[in-house]
Amino acid sequence: MGELALEAQALRKDFGAKAAVRDLTLSVPRGEVFGFLGPNGAGKTTSIKMLLGLVHPSSGRGRLLGAAIGRPRARARVGYLPEHFAFHEWLRGRELLRFHGRLLGLGGPALESQIDGLLRRVELLEASERCLREYSKGMKQRVGLAQALLGEPELVFLDEPTSGLDPLGRRLVRDVIHELKARGTTVFLNSHLLSEVEITCDRVAFVKDGRVVRELTLGQTERELEVELRLERTSPAILAGLAGFGRDLRAEGEVVRLRVEGEGRLPELSRWLAAQGVGLYHLAAGRRTLEDVFMEVVG
Amino acid sequence: MRAALTVAHLTLAEARRRRILAAAALLGTAFVLLFALGFHFVARDVRSQASPVQQRFILSFVVLAALYAANFLIVMTSVLVTIDTLAGEIGSGVIETLCTKPVPRWQVALGKWLGCLAILALYASLLCGGVLLAARLVAGYTPPNVARGLPLLLLEGTVLLTLALLGGTRLSTLANGVTVFGLYGLAFIGGWMEQIGTIAGNAPARYIGIAASLLVPSESLWQLAAHYMQPAIMRDLGITPFSPNSVPSPLMVAWAAGYVLVTLALALRLFRTRDL
Repeated sequence: MGELALEAQALRKDFGAKAAVRDLTLSVPRGEVFGFLGPNGAGKTTSIKMLLGLVHPSSGRGRLLGAAIGRPRARARVGYLPEHFAFHEWLRGRELLRFHGRLLGLGGPALESQIDGLLRRVELLEASERCLREYSKGMKQRVGLAQALLGEPELVFLDEPTSGLDPLGRRLVRDVIHELKARGTTVFLNSHLLSEVEITCDRVAFVKDGRVVRELTLGQTERELEVELRLERTSPAILAGLAGFGRDLRAEGEVVRLRVEGEGRLPELSRWLAAQGVGLYHLAAGRRTLEDVFMEVVG
Repeated sequence: MRAALTVAHLTLAEARRRRILAAAALLGTAFVLLFALGFHFVARDVRSQASPVQQRFILSFVVLAALYAANFLIVMTSVLVTIDTLAGEIGSGVIETLCTKPVPRWQVALGKWLGCLAILALYASLLCGGVLLAARLVAGYTPPNVARGLPLLLLEGTVLLTLALLGGTRLSTLANGVTVFGLYGLAFIGGWMEQIGTIAGNAPARYIGIAASLLVPSESLWQLAAHYMQPAIMRDLGITPFSPNSVPSPLMVAWAAGYVLVTLALALRLFRTRDL
């Protein structure tokens, strides 16, 4: 048993002349909640499909839980909720889970009790004997989530799991992800809801034009502050001095913005400005959100 | 094979839940009852007016006509139950959560094939079994060589069913249906060209027909089945549309069986290698 739940090395997928994924290289340790972020068309869903063996890579290699992708063994302890979860609508909720459980090699009372537990967890126990075509969009998404959790997987891929869910449903998904993490399950989450990602993920990767362009451990963003100053006057010497307090300094007239590491730098900065004889009219500091980083990386 | 059987079971359950089996059973029963009623009146008149040889000739002709209609329904149903089974689920995305389970992908396609084959077998048994039972009960008539003829009708349905599975691995439902019925049409017209070519002594027409039968061995299986399931006198006279003048070689059965196996193997391979 390796320590990595997932590893991909230079995975690439071409559809004709178009490259959907150019270079997917990443590793996810076991037990991590990993966010996979990027704009529409960046190749996120194709990447997930390659890892799950639905799409055959044009080149590159990958492993899930130690087994080469594409082999059934690689998917033995893997759950998957696709972005647009589609199913046999003529089945009842419980029947859908029973069918998928059998494909996992489960059966008998053990499967039935697992189905009961999952239906209860996604709050569909009472609707379990209803036909899926009668389910609302949110109920369909939740039964899809239960399907992904069958067989107590060690690695779960969730592709836009909160799509179509109301705030209560989103909360449920978030809680399920926390429970999975507490159990040591690895979660690979693709979501556009960055606020959700920020509170659920340990680490994220940003994908742009079919490439992983940056990986970030969440918590790094929380320490860094975006500072905005409005000064009486500026000069090249003042700006050079301010740049020493942080990074990424930008000036527009008398308004100066920069990023600093931690709140402790702020009093130092104001004292330095006073010592230079520069009046400080306004100082605002805010934490950078994942959205700010997203815009910076892929915007 | 566990996964293939699970998928086959699901395919059968779908046919039952979506009332495909009910519709087939209801209309199949109506078909048999209608035949039995018509056959009863024909047999009553024939008994009072015709000689024993004529009686046998007429009863055999009517039973073959019913089996011909049953054969057509079996062909249509084989294609209709299969064209959407893979193509539809690929199109809708339903296949994605099936194929990410730890099962070889070919078993999913094989399960679909087995499920559709079970539906075909049930339907063919109802129609052909019903016609033969009605003929037996109403007039005490049973065509000769039933045990040789009926499996050929099932094999004919299996040929088209397997072609529809193959098409479904790469084509949309509608394109698949148009393609498979088009191929059936080629085999059908080919069968007629072979017969007309034989009657007219026109070798090229006959060879064109045989080539079409090799391409899609469906019509030739019906002709062979019809040849087996009629009295020798009808066969020798060759005066009914069900008495082929150019009898397909029994090797055509081996060809069709091999054709099914190769087509199925190709379908499983194409499904395994495609992106979903």
